[in-house]
Amino acid sequence: MSSDGRKPRIAVFKFASCDGCQLSLLDAEDELLAVAGAVEIAYFPEASRRMEKGPYDIALVEGSITTHHDAEAIQRIRRQAKTLVTIGACATAGGIQALRNWHDTAEWVRLVYAKPDFISTLKTSTPVAEHVPVDFELRGCPINKHQLLELISATLAGRRPNIPTYSLCIECKRRGNICVMVAAGTPCLGPVTQAGCGALCPSMRRGCYGCFGPMENANAPSLASQFRVLGSSRDEVERAFRSYNGWAWPFRKVFEEAPKP
Amino acid sequence: MTPADSAPAVTPGVSRIDVPVLARVEGEGELHIRTRGGRIVDLKLSIPEPPRLFEGFLRGRHFMEVPDITARICGICPIAYQMSSIHALERALGVEAHPSIRLLRRLFYCGEWIESHVLHIFFLHLPDFLGCQDAFEVAAKNADAVRMALRLKKLGNGIVRVMGGREIHPVSACVGGFYRVPRKEELEALVPELEWALAASLQAVSLTASLEFPDFEQDYEFVALSHPDEYALNEGRIVSNRGLNVDAAEFEEHIVEQHVRHSNALHSVIRERGSYMVGPLARFNLNYAQLTEKARRAAEQARLKPPVRNPFRSIVARAVETVFACEEALRLIAAYEPPPLPRVEARPRPATGAAATEAPRGLLYHRYSVDENGLITEARIVPPTAQNLRRMEEDLWSYVPGLLGLDSAQIAWRAEMAVRNYDPCISCATHFLKLRREDG
Ligand code: SF4
Ligand code: SF4
Repeated sequence: MSSDGRKPRIAVFKFASCDGCQLSLLDAEDELLAVAGAVEIAYFPEASRRMEKGPYDIALVEGSITTHHDAEAIQRIRRQAKTLVTIGACATAGGIQALRNWHDTAEWVRLVYAKPDFISTLKTSTPVAEHVPVDFELRGCPINKHQLLELISATLAGRRPNIPTYSLCIECKRRGNICVMVAAGTPCLGPVTQAGCGALCPSMRRGCYGCFGPMENANAPSLASQFRVLGSSRDEVERAFRSYNGWAWPFRKVFEEAPKP
Repeated sequence: MTPADSAPAVTPGVSRIDVPVLARVEGEGELHIRTRGGRIVDLKLSIPEPPRLFEGFLRGRHFMEVPDITARICGICPIAYQMSSIHALERALGVEAHPSIRLLRRLFYCGEWIESHVLHIFFLHLPDFLGCQDAFEVAAKNADAVRMALRLKKLGNGIVRVMGGREIHPVSACVGGFYRVPRKEELEALVPELEWALAASLQAVSLTASLEFPDFEQDYEFVALSHPDEYALNEGRIVSNRGLNVDAAEFEEHIVEQHVRHSNALHSVIRERGSYMVGPLARFNLNYAQLTEKARRAAEQARLKPPVRNPFRSIVARAVETVFACEEALRLIAAYEPPPLPRVEARPRPATGAAATEAPRGLLYHRYSVDENGLITEARIVPPTAQNLRRMEEDLWSYVPGLLGLDSAQIAWRAEMAVRNYDPCISCATHFLKLRREDG
């Protein structure tokens, strides 16, 4: 509760996304009613018709910026939010739709729509942090709902959320998995991916495809060379790094030079 | 003639009812209604949701990556996207999955149906019937119902998690089978909760059946999959109550998409006839006889008998399908024997394959072409919401005139409620497909 005794106001916004990250909140079945009782859900169109104006104590933002309209809207949201948190790979790294950033978006629009001139979209899909300052970024495609609950309670308590920044390999070891790269030669993004999912893919004997995005200080180029050693073609390596978090710089830099300032 | 064709030209000085953000639908929709002298002169359900262009960037990806990518179209029904794409690719590549895999896929889908239906019934639709803004308000009046719903939804998610690791974008399903199949004991551990869920879903049927429904019926063409031996989920022919009966491979010969200016989603129509409805009501009406006995008895007690033509009663059909999914999940778990191998290897070859499955909100069609290296050369996806959009607008053209005596806020709310009959997933509806161009 804030100092004046009112409940903290939470808002959930959405841009280009699949809705999976905000759904994680509704998927916290055991905690949902408690959360709804502890905060004021002031704006959450996926769950409520009540849509109240800001300011908000926490704005959770899902989705990437892909239209002029959205590029303006995120500015307004920033002005209304005390704390702005991005939830998920779309909002944090541009998401799967950032694959357009390496292609001719206009051609894809023509491919999908009969009357492409009706469609207004930017050539890029960019993370929220390229548009406004962001207070915290929650990784994952989708985010982990326990991390989301931790983030909400930490923010309300005015402390830093306790969310690991180490690699997926640590979670994988903790689960007692046999390393899929060492044992089966399966390319796995685990060594450069941030922990958070509980090492789901290696537990199913498949390689991690990086849906939690780059960990802190990830050395992606070195892992990319290891993939080549395991027999991946250049195209395969490129596809591996260009997926849900492909636009995040630590993954991008495998194939690109640092942009000139 | 569509309502839009029959509408007189828009005149200045009309009154407007705008619902700028449609609440409690997944993704963003907008509804604009213009009236003049007690009649509607214009009505548009528009989808400003930004296009995400999946069909563009699927090109050049390897077929094994496709189910992980298409899952990201929709967080509420990722399994539907995984299943339709897997089936389409298996048909292209000539892969025959083991019968146990087939069973597991059906079980996986039951989990998603339970989760998605319960979310829609209690969180997205029921609040309308009770005059509440959201499920939190419902909880203040009837905490038991909301707690029951949360537990049911959790069970649906639980099935998905046991098989796929997590509830949103699970990581187990692939072309040829699963990366990992569950052990029999893991599935059996779900049984006690499923038995509770079966009883709870029967309660959900009586609860929804006791609601007051607007007196509103329409003459729909219902379209759903239909299978000779089972209530169709993953497989079957595409049939309708007006004689459509085709293989998924023929979908595009009969169903065409039209791009309308006010929407980032395309409208589907049956070439010969026009709009149609997919989803729980369509399935219920077309495949009623194949529901489990408990589900049928529950429907009877709820006075839900095919053909149901009141779209507001889709909430009851969803509850009946939840009963079915719980019972079916129990049957599938009892019948499960792990397959000899979790998956069969699919070898690339140049080919095209199409498939449709029944997402919770209705028929979901996918088609892919693959080259000799297994890379996608063309993709086409027609989500259920895009198929229903035209029909939703037509419902509104018929329904809203009877509301014009109410104030704007009330009209807007009731119109939203009518849209929610379709459980529209607007995130899905904005990534469809390549269109055949129709000029003139
Ligand atoms: S990050 Fe993934 S789960 Fe979250 S909205 Fe984007 S696509 Fe959906
Ligand atoms: S192992 Fe990697 S790809 Fe799989 S769920 Fe975890 S972070 Fe995502």
